[in-house]
Amino acid sequence: MNGGLVSALAARRRTLPGFGLTMGLTLSWLSVIILIPLAGLFLKSLELSPEQFWNILTSRRTLNALRVSFGLAFAAACVNLVMGSIVVWALVRYRFPGRRLFDAIVDVPFALPTAVAGVALTALFAEKGWLGAPLAALGLKVAFTPVGIFVAMIFIGIPFVVRTVQPVLQDLDPEIEEAAGSLGASRWQTIIRVILPSLAPALLTGFALAFARAVGEYGSVIFIAGNLPNVSEIAPLLIVIRLSEFRYADATAIAVVMLVVSFVVIFAVNRLQRWAQSRIPAR
Amino acid sequence: MTIEVKNLVKTFGSFRALDGVDLKVESGELVALLGPSGSGKTTLLRIVAGLDWPDAGEVLINGEDALAQGARERHVGFVFQHYALFRHMTVFENIAFGLRVQPRAVRKDEAAIRARVKELLDLVQLDWLSDRYPSQLSGGQRQRIALARALAIEPRILLLDEPFGALDAKVRKELRKWLRSLHHEINVTSIFVTHDQEEALEVANRVVVMDKGRIEQIGSPDDVYERPASAFVHGFIGESIELPVQVEGGVVRLGDRPLALAADGLAPGASRLFVRRHDMLVGPPGSGAFEAAVQHVRNFGPVQRAEVVLSGGRTIEIDAPRDKELRVGDAIGLEPRRYRIFAG
Repeated sequence: MNGGLVSALAARRRTLPGFGLTMGLTLSWLSVIILIPLAGLFLKSLELSPEQFWNILTSRRTLNALRVSFGLAFAAACVNLVMGSIVVWALVRYRFPGRRLFDAIVDVPFALPTAVAGVALTALFAEKGWLGAPLAALGLKVAFTPVGIFVAMIFIGIPFVVRTVQPVLQDLDPEIEEAAGSLGASRWQTIIRVILPSLAPALLTGFALAFARAVGEYGSVIFIAGNLPNVSEIAPLLIVIRLSEFRYADATAIAVVMLVVSFVVIFAVNRLQRWAQSRIPAR
Repeated sequence: MTIEVKNLVKTFGSFRALDGVDLKVESGELVALLGPSGSGKTTLLRIVAGLDWPDAGEVLINGEDALAQGARERHVGFVFQHYALFRHMTVFENIAFGLRVQPRAVRKDEAAIRARVKELLDLVQLDWLSDRYPSQLSGGQRQRIALARALAIEPRILLLDEPFGALDAKVRKELRKWLRSLHHEINVTSIFVTHDQEEALEVANRVVVMDKGRIEQIGSPDDVYERPASAFVHGFIGESIELPVQVEGGVVRLGDRPLALAADGLAPGASRLFVRRHDMLVGPPGSGAFEAAVQHVRNFGPVQRAEVVLSGGRTIEIDAPRDKELRVGDAIGLEPRRYRIFAG
């Protein structure tokens, strides 16, 4: 940072003092915590020649791990978007006994150590587990398959959708629904044309957060996944495996790709969200 | 289109919001529901609109049972106090909403919808705002758009819930005049709710005064102002002086002092005397029904408002013309030019 600029800004009279100090702290802190580690990651991957980099990425095992991670995270975020919206609707719009309890339960995946969640889900969905046994009888094997990964990703993602959409729905004036009704809209038309567009930015944010969390999830997934290479092996686990084999450059190459893909997805969702937000200017 | 409600009752828990309300609104009328907050006026309006349901009673729109229909089927235009515009839609789309959600069989084509919205934007004189979002409009503009949106579906009746309640005093006055002329132009049977007496008296053909879930009086603006039917109406409409009096053997007493006021036809017992502030005429001491001393004077344009102490010790405010100036400490006589005495 240009020291002259900061001091010039700080020297100017401001109604809100402390710009120089807080801005300096913000930049140094973000550098230490986020930027420098990321830069280190990129630097490490530069040890590889472009050809090596390409070979690592296009190896069957890497591609499959990335596909499992991103594909299942996307699917889980979609499920969370739909089910989370329904949960939010019930929690905000209706008064029922135990509402506060359910509201608190939503936060459990936030608070629970992910390994605990993984063990619990595995026990539940194992072939002899409470849910695993009836599902196995129906021919659906959950634990130690990609379906298990999917379940774990849904589990850890749901609070993100609920908690981002909840305050927005609470602020949504019930009068606009009455207005829509008195103008002749059916309940369904009111939901599609009035309520969902008003919630769209929050829904997109919730989706993006749930997706990002699921992509990066490690602890709960590895217990239930079975971790079969090319089938149920997630990219973060592959990175750990490469590290334990002392193939650091391989590990960072995969990490860089995850980083870039995640960034592109989050950026796209962010643009989409801005676009939705621009159609609902602040009051 | 006529609107008729019969013996409407609505309770919220132990609170009786409507306590047996009967009202008939004739075709083409513009009726004001006037009352303090909690008088049940908004509840009545919402029940007519189908946004709320009564515990007992009937609602007939054009002679048909409206309670058998939901808000969607009633074809009623409703304007909310806080506009309730759709924030994510432009002004144009807000107005077009009611036309776009019609069942496919009767829905107009795009060109007809555009033409209709244009017509309504012209009617509310805001055609230049068509592409804006509600957040970019002033309160008065929003309310006019909300009205245009309600009119788009060609409603059988129009209901307005405190339509100007959220606006500042100047805009309110403009919109009042505008609403009256608009109603003259489109002539749809309308009810609007207000707690502002000036608004009710200025805009409506007929005023319905409500209190505690009951109708106190129905009449023309002149009727409710000049001939209030109850102590409540007299106290609520116009600036009134209220004094507790006793009626005994044809004499009206304030405390232990007899007043030189006619008590013909009044039931004996505790009563309340009502006089409009400007109907209290000031004269020399000993000239009127009351003796008083001036305590404080403020000048308000054409009148002087004086705080005076009656000989019994009670303080009242009167409005006197400016031609004869009052001074603090003056002893004066007061004679009510017109007054009403209500039992109870």
